[in-house]
Amino acid sequence: MGRKLLLEKAHIPGIRSYEVYRREGGYASVEKALRMAPADVVEEVKKSGLRGRGGAGFPTGMKWSFLAKPEGVPRYLVCNADESEPGTFKDRYLMEFIPHLLIEGLIAASWALGSNRTYIYIRGEYAWIVDILEQAIVEANANGWLGKNILGTGFDCQIYVQRGAGAYICGEETALIESLEGKRGNPRIKPPFPAVKGLWDCPTVVNNVETLAAVVPILNIGGEEYAKIGVGRSTGTKLISACGNINKPGVYEIDMNISVEEFIYSDEYCGGIAHGKRLKACIPGGSSVPILPANLLLKTAKGETRMMHYEGLADGGFATGSMMGSGGFIVLDEDQCIVRHTLTLARFYRHESCGQCSPCREGTGWMEKILNKIEYGKGQLSDIDLLWDIQRKIEGNTICPLGDAAAWPVAAAIRHFRDEFEWHVNNPELSQQRNFGLAHYAEALTTV
Amino acid sequence: MADEIKMLKVTIDNITIEVPQGTTILQAARQIGGEVAPPAMCYYTKLKGSGGKCRTCLVEVSKGSEADPRPMPKLVASCRTGVMDGMEVKNITSGKVTDARNGVVEFLLLNHPLDCPVCDQAGECHLQDLSYSHGKEGTRYEFKRRTFEKHDLGPYIQLHMTRCILCYRCVFVADQVTGKRVHGVLSRGDHAEIATHIEKSLDNDFIGNVIDVCPVGALTDKTFRFKNRVWFTKPVDAHRDCPNCKGKVTLWQRGDEVLRVTGRKDQWGEVEDWICNTCRFEKKHVNDWVIEGPTKIDRHSVISQGHYTGLDKPKETFSAVHGGRAPKLLMDIHSVSEVNRPGIALSEIQGPATSDTFNIDKQA
Amino acid sequence: MTQFSDTRLAEVRQIIDRYPEGKQKSALIPVLHMAQEDFSGWLSPETMDYVASLLQLEPIEVYEVATFYSMFNTQPVGSHVFEVCHTGPCMLRGSDDIISYIKGKLGIGVGETTADGLFTLKTVECLGACGYAPMMQLGKHYREHLTPEKVDAIIEECRQSVA
Repeated sequence: MGRKLLLEKAHIPGIRSYEVYRREGGYASVEKALRMAPADVVEEVKKSGLRGRGGAGFPTGMKWSFLAKPEGVPRYLVCNADESEPGTFKDRYLMEFIPHLLIEGLIAASWALGSNRTYIYIRGEYAWIVDILEQAIVEANANGWLGKNILGTGFDCQIYVQRGAGAYICGEETALIESLEGKRGNPRIKPPFPAVKGLWDCPTVVNNVETLAAVVPILNIGGEEYAKIGVGRSTGTKLISACGNINKPGVYEIDMNISVEEFIYSDEYCGGIAHGKRLKACIPGGSSVPILPANLLLKTAKGETRMMHYEGLADGGFATGSMMGSGGFIVLDEDQCIVRHTLTLARFYRHESCGQCSPCREGTGWMEKILNKIEYGKGQLSDIDLLWDIQRKIEGNTICPLGDAAAWPVAAAIRHFRDEFEWHVNNPELSQQRNFGLAHYAEALTTV
Repeated sequence: MADEIKMLKVTIDNITIEVPQGTTILQAARQIGGEVAPPAMCYYTKLKGSGGKCRTCLVEVSKGSEADPRPMPKLVASCRTGVMDGMEVKNITSGKVTDARNGVVEFLLLNHPLDCPVCDQAGECHLQDLSYSHGKEGTRYEFKRRTFEKHDLGPYIQLHMTRCILCYRCVFVADQVTGKRVHGVLSRGDHAEIATHIEKSLDNDFIGNVIDVCPVGALTDKTFRFKNRVWFTKPVDAHRDCPNCKGKVTLWQRGDEVLRVTGRKDQWGEVEDWICNTCRFEKKHVNDWVIEGPTKIDRHSVISQGHYTGLDKPKETFSAVHGGRAPKLLMDIHSVSEVNRPGIALSEIQGPATSDTFNIDKQA
Repeated sequence: MTQFSDTRLAEVRQIIDRYPEGKQKSALIPVLHMAQEDFSGWLSPETMDYVASLLQLEPIEVYEVATFYSMFNTQPVGSHVFEVCHTGPCMLRGSDDIISYIKGKLGIGVGETTADGLFTLKTVECLGACGYAPMMQLGKHYREHLTPEKVDAIIEECRQSVA
């Protein structure tokens, strides 16, 4: 059984309330942090090797150290709780069941960064979680963890919850900042980066919920100790939200030293493929990372066991690997149609494109239309090459990573399941059949 | 005392120049000029915050700077990327850039109606230029194109949203030049549109400038609507004493008639000064203006075809470029054709010339 | 006449206080949520103009934002809006069947409202409940692990709440 740092206490009855949370040792990290110099807290996070848990995996300590500190200008910490990547629901779980963990991490991080007003930007649909978080903030205020002169240090800090209103793009940090300023969620053109010019043009750090929650155990056990968990540059624990055709969908905390195979088939985690079916494919890190067929998912191209950590999932690059991404683990069983699944993702990205830059605005819709054609048996073989060319022209050429996020799933689906696209073209009358014969993708299927 | 501005060395398409710190790659490339300057559909020097959106000006940075020579991993928008000392940039010398730019042009044209034959912008449309230089002869898009209703934005401005490429320039003009904005970008993604939401007219005294900044035919001058093709009109620089603006404009004439008034545009299509609505829409008589002389028009522009005045005379003589050889007269065309009469100045002709136009004998 | 109650106005002031002086534009999205709740579930031009005046914004700034975010309705909707997710992970667990079932049961298509004005059916993109699919959002809460039986019960519950 792997070590748990974030969800260890999530199942203790009443942990949502301050009393129970505090009794279980909550807020110890704030006590510790506020006795340290802010720069030392940053140093501790650097030592931990913590990487951003939102998807990009950028080292958190380094991000914090980039924060500009001009005299007389406020600095802001913003928590990115706009969790919207299909397959990802880990932050929701954390906020819903153990909200004080996030508040605690936010206070320690606010101290480290010198943020007196800290915002949690949460996706608008998580309306009931806003209430849970606001309740936790009220309790933290009542107990002196927030407000003026916290623990007598002279440090003032308040946390506010800001609700979004339905826009995946606001998970991109500069779009989030725009939205928090009351504008359309159009990502900004960088540079300048938020660390220099962010919220209201002030230096700003935007961190994911899980990242900020991880600050708590890092301070509690120390950065060096935290760095010992996991493998190589994948330190600490990671929340994985598992969904799709598995027996036990849900949020799991892994210590990044287990294999993908164990994660899927062990009863401690996904509990195997539902209804006794076989594993066909998986998107291991949220919908935008490349899909992998079962054979490449469980073993790398070199034939080694694929591990559930940043480097392991990325092994082989995009040719034969994928990414850890946001930890949204989507499993497809043998009955699932890759074309249809890719179509829903293409539709998602078209729907969520902000429309600011031309490759994304026009390209996402075009890909959806072609996929729709293929899925409904009206495609031609040349459409597959056209799709490939479109995704290639979107990737890397847009203002923000949404373009890449839209291109990669299409590219990977064609890369690994081209035969299935061709099958749709060649068997139009059968294109709507869910289980349309296994022969053409048998190689990908795995039974364990 | 202000610090001395640092000069940075930048090499674009193998041409090295020095520019002051803070210059963007695009501005540096424009200083070099010619084809080295990337096309820009959304960037507009005078409009703060513009640029970065259309992606036509993407360039490859093959060397970041002297201090950090690593190449930039992705193509960058040259209009929003600052020059670093020792930076090396590839525009037309990069295959990646050409490929990406062709893609961007295809995306921009994807839902564009290509109604140039009935579009007032034709002849001075940046998208049209771009599609000639980077477009394919046919489209690979086989679906129904996105369309929008036409809107009147008040008495002077016509919004033809279907042609829009969402450069946001007109939004910046409203914010920065008129100070009050009534129109904006509504909805999102491929549904995004320039609109007022509920039918409203744009009536600020400087709002007419949205027409000049529009790179396509989405915002056009209703007082010029369907009146003429720009290449049949003759542009002249003129000014008047205007209490609102500097009154320095370009008049687009046909004979003595002023068909249209616009701001004076530089070689990149950007206006020198914003002009007011009175100058633009209401002063349509030659007597309203002091004519300064013909507007300089790039000789590659279709607009230059109708009038041969105001062009730079080539410095070299014919014999010089032919290595001292005198031109050989093969046939005196004037002796066999009625069309080419040297006695007729083409710019005097109203409209497209026909053989009758030249038939002086018959006219007389 | 579109006008928040005094309690709601106090809430608006509280929200504005979350931001530094002069940054009241940041309150726009929270206040639009309130307006949508209070004024029949959608944002009419009149409602948006009211919000603009409340926050000292140009009306266009409000229209731009309201039309950008998918949770804001700029057209009238029924009393109960079924927002059923149909993105990949939900599709894998049968959201297509749930959508067809609701369509048949209510006799409306996606984006339509029943004649009695009670129900609107919308399909939405990923709501972050992939592990509990298929699902829909109904008002403030999620309804997860949907089955035809559960859908029947939800429809009944909505009918009861109006009656």
